[in-house]
Amino acid sequence: MKKFLMGNEAIAMGAIHAGVNLVCGYPGTPSTEILETVAKNNDGSIYVEWSVNEKAAMEVAAGASYSGARTLVTMKQVGLNVASDPLMSLAYVGVKGGMVIVSADDPGPISSQTEQDTRHFAQFAKLPVFDPSSPEEAYAMIGDAFAFSEEYGTPVLFRPTTRVCHGCASMEIADTKNVHKPEGFIKDAKWTIFPRLSYQNHIKIEKRNPILGEKLSSYRFNTVTGSGTKGIATGGISYEYIKEALGGCNAKLMKVSTPHPFPEKLALEFLRGLTEVMVIEELDPVIERELIFLCGKHHLNVTIRGKLSGDVMQAGENTVESVKSVLNGYLGLPAPEKSRFLPPLPVRPPVLCAGCPHRASFYAVKQAMKGQKAVFAGDIGCYTLGNAMPLDMVDTCLCMGADVTIAQGMQHIEPDVKHFSFIGDSTFFASGITGVVNAVYNESDITLIVLDNSTTAMTGHQPHPGTGRTMMGNITEKVSIPAILTAVGVKEVSVVNPFHLTEAIEAVKKAAAHKGVSAVIFRSPCIAVSKPVASYQVDSGTCAGCKKCIKEIGCPAISMDSGKALIEPSLCFGCSLCAQVCPCGAMKGVRYS
Amino acid sequence: MTVNCILSGVGGQGTVLASKLIAQAAMDKGQNARTAETIGMAQRGGCVVSHVRIGDEIHSPMIPKHSADVIIGFEPAEAVRCLPYLKKGGVVVVSRKAIPPVTSSLGNSSYNGSEMIAYLQKEVARLIVVDGEKISKDCSSAKVLNVALLGAACASGILGLSMDELKNAISKRVKPQFIEINSKALEKGALAAKMTVPHHT
Ligand code: SF4
Ligand code: SF4
Repeated sequence: MKKFLMGNEAIAMGAIHAGVNLVCGYPGTPSTEILETVAKNNDGSIYVEWSVNEKAAMEVAAGASYSGARTLVTMKQVGLNVASDPLMSLAYVGVKGGMVIVSADDPGPISSQTEQDTRHFAQFAKLPVFDPSSPEEAYAMIGDAFAFSEEYGTPVLFRPTTRVCHGCASMEIADTKNVHKPEGFIKDAKWTIFPRLSYQNHIKIEKRNPILGEKLSSYRFNTVTGSGTKGIATGGISYEYIKEALGGCNAKLMKVSTPHPFPEKLALEFLRGLTEVMVIEELDPVIERELIFLCGKHHLNVTIRGKLSGDVMQAGENTVESVKSVLNGYLGLPAPEKSRFLPPLPVRPPVLCAGCPHRASFYAVKQAMKGQKAVFAGDIGCYTLGNAMPLDMVDTCLCMGADVTIAQGMQHIEPDVKHFSFIGDSTFFASGITGVVNAVYNESDITLIVLDNSTTAMTGHQPHPGTGRTMMGNITEKVSIPAILTAVGVKEVSVVNPFHLTEAIEAVKKAAAHKGVSAVIFRSPCIAVSKPVASYQVDSGTCAGCKKCIKEIGCPAISMDSGKALIEPSLCFGCSLCAQVCPCGAMKGVRYS
Repeated sequence: MTVNCILSGVGGQGTVLASKLIAQAAMDKGQNARTAETIGMAQRGGCVVSHVRIGDEIHSPMIPKHSADVIIGFEPAEAVRCLPYLKKGGVVVVSRKAIPPVTSSLGNSSYNGSEMIAYLQKEVARLIVVDGEKISKDCSSAKVLNVALLGAACASGILGLSMDELKNAISKRVKPQFIEINSKALEKGALAAKMTVPHHT
């Protein structure tokens, strides 16, 4: 049947049709919709979970694959760093049921900390990797990936990029699904990794990979088309940009859909008769290096150009225009038209939503620490946006969970400065807890602020252990954050609603005064998972036009109009923070009945 | 024939749904469609752009610069920001109402959108300005701006889709209780387009 699917939905549907038995992952843009789509289309035969983090997901899936199940693990590229410990060993141990690990890369980057390239991870772990160039191809390829994984008893990586994940296309999908019945776990020495076994398996992997490369040379999505003496090599979404930029030009073009093991045989055929190759790919020059290596190995006199030669930009994502300018210099194709000159535009960075509880939490800490030297270590989530003016409450952000530990490191060097760490509820469960144990054990003196908004907001509101809801639709025990903190030895723990501003400020002051590890849990739901109870309006007769509401809290619903504050009714969530900040009492709340 | 359409606005305005409606309507007619969306951090009140492409010979999910037949701007400055994508002679449908970003409220610049509308009037051959605020009021819903703008774009003829085809798509993609007000907003948007007098004649 014909369907209009997002790349991530296509991957999910492809996995369902391939008979996947278990799907797990951790939310991360641009990968999140894959698991959500499986859950939405689950007839009950597939086990689906948001795991607590990517490492847990990888291990859960590995166990199921040991038992013969077909498994899919989803994460974004930086999640693969977290899961790399099980991944590296799993590459040696292997699997029984097909196991596909989706790690979505993010050229740009558009919503990530790094522009790392999962294809390198595949080379590093010596694992096969599939790299789809479009949503349709992703749908077809995921089934191939399962079959390949099972045939060779190895986990395989699957690496779409943002434009494939979040691009939608009309495509033909199957009406029926394969049924895969797991055999169950069969005890065998091969499942227990020991140095001796690792040595033997290492030899096997090194022997296997060139054979896989040979086989992949005839894989249906690794292609060579066109003719000429100047070639173009590519992979992923860049292939589509090149097709578009080439227009009618029939240049010799190689598309590499399995960057590792590299399809050497196909590449040699491609290189035959060429004098030059331009490699256009995103992130790292992976295909480019492979071709340079191949030319050296086979003494081929072909010039390989790309990122390393400075012909293609080193960072950021490709576009049809960027490809056109490369091909203009290389093949003499028409250059892209010059972009028009635009008038100065208002800058519009992302901001915390109107009514976001994080705004109140940051503001409370800021008020409590007024006049004192304090450092605020932040973390990954919507609350990273607390760095923007006027809040300016995020001094560092590194990776999931690092707020707790970065603050400790700073505190050891500057013990007289007050150190705060801000962590969201989902991040706390994912990788915050060990950091808190570290702080307690090593007698650190930090104040932990847990921003508990009952969801994983940034990635689109997924449940987590604190919400008591699972992806199987079950209601389970809510894991309690204050109970965990108390259990690991945090002596000063309080739970406060950040919109009760006076109380919130007092709680922060008390926690900050405590010697040792202390914690304030700010509990108030994200606006996306709650309903507004009121709406606020400015009484323009009372408003003095002091702009305090804007300068102190920066709610996007408030702007100035003819010298008075104005609240945009379609944005206001009625959180009351502005009313608590306004010195004139100009903000009037109207409660919904 | 290919149709390239850009929808640009501010996170939370419903650009993604509008792009899905266009794609759905085109697909129902047996055409192929591709879209690309902004999902993630930018959705929190930042600039969001959706690309919709209809036709068979389409590769890139993103519309190349100078190739959009129409830009549907949910906000004046966001429409201007996307002008580099517009084809010569292309159509711009824009909502009159500005959404000032926090950065401009914090500073002393008073952005209200009128200078952006004036710029569009100067630069764009076929401009349709929609009073989204009034339509929202008439429909008593702040959430119908997206569909009202779609109605205006549809009436301009540039999408190659009929009102009925879009209504059909709405009935497939929108929750049953909201179908009626969305259809109403679609009509009102179309009316606004019909009342726009071409100024470059
Ligand atoms: S989505 Fe929720 S947590 Fe994120 S900025 Fe908006 S209100 Fe805050
Ligand atoms: S009550 Fe005030 S601070 Fe809260 S959302 Fe409305 S305008 Fe913004």
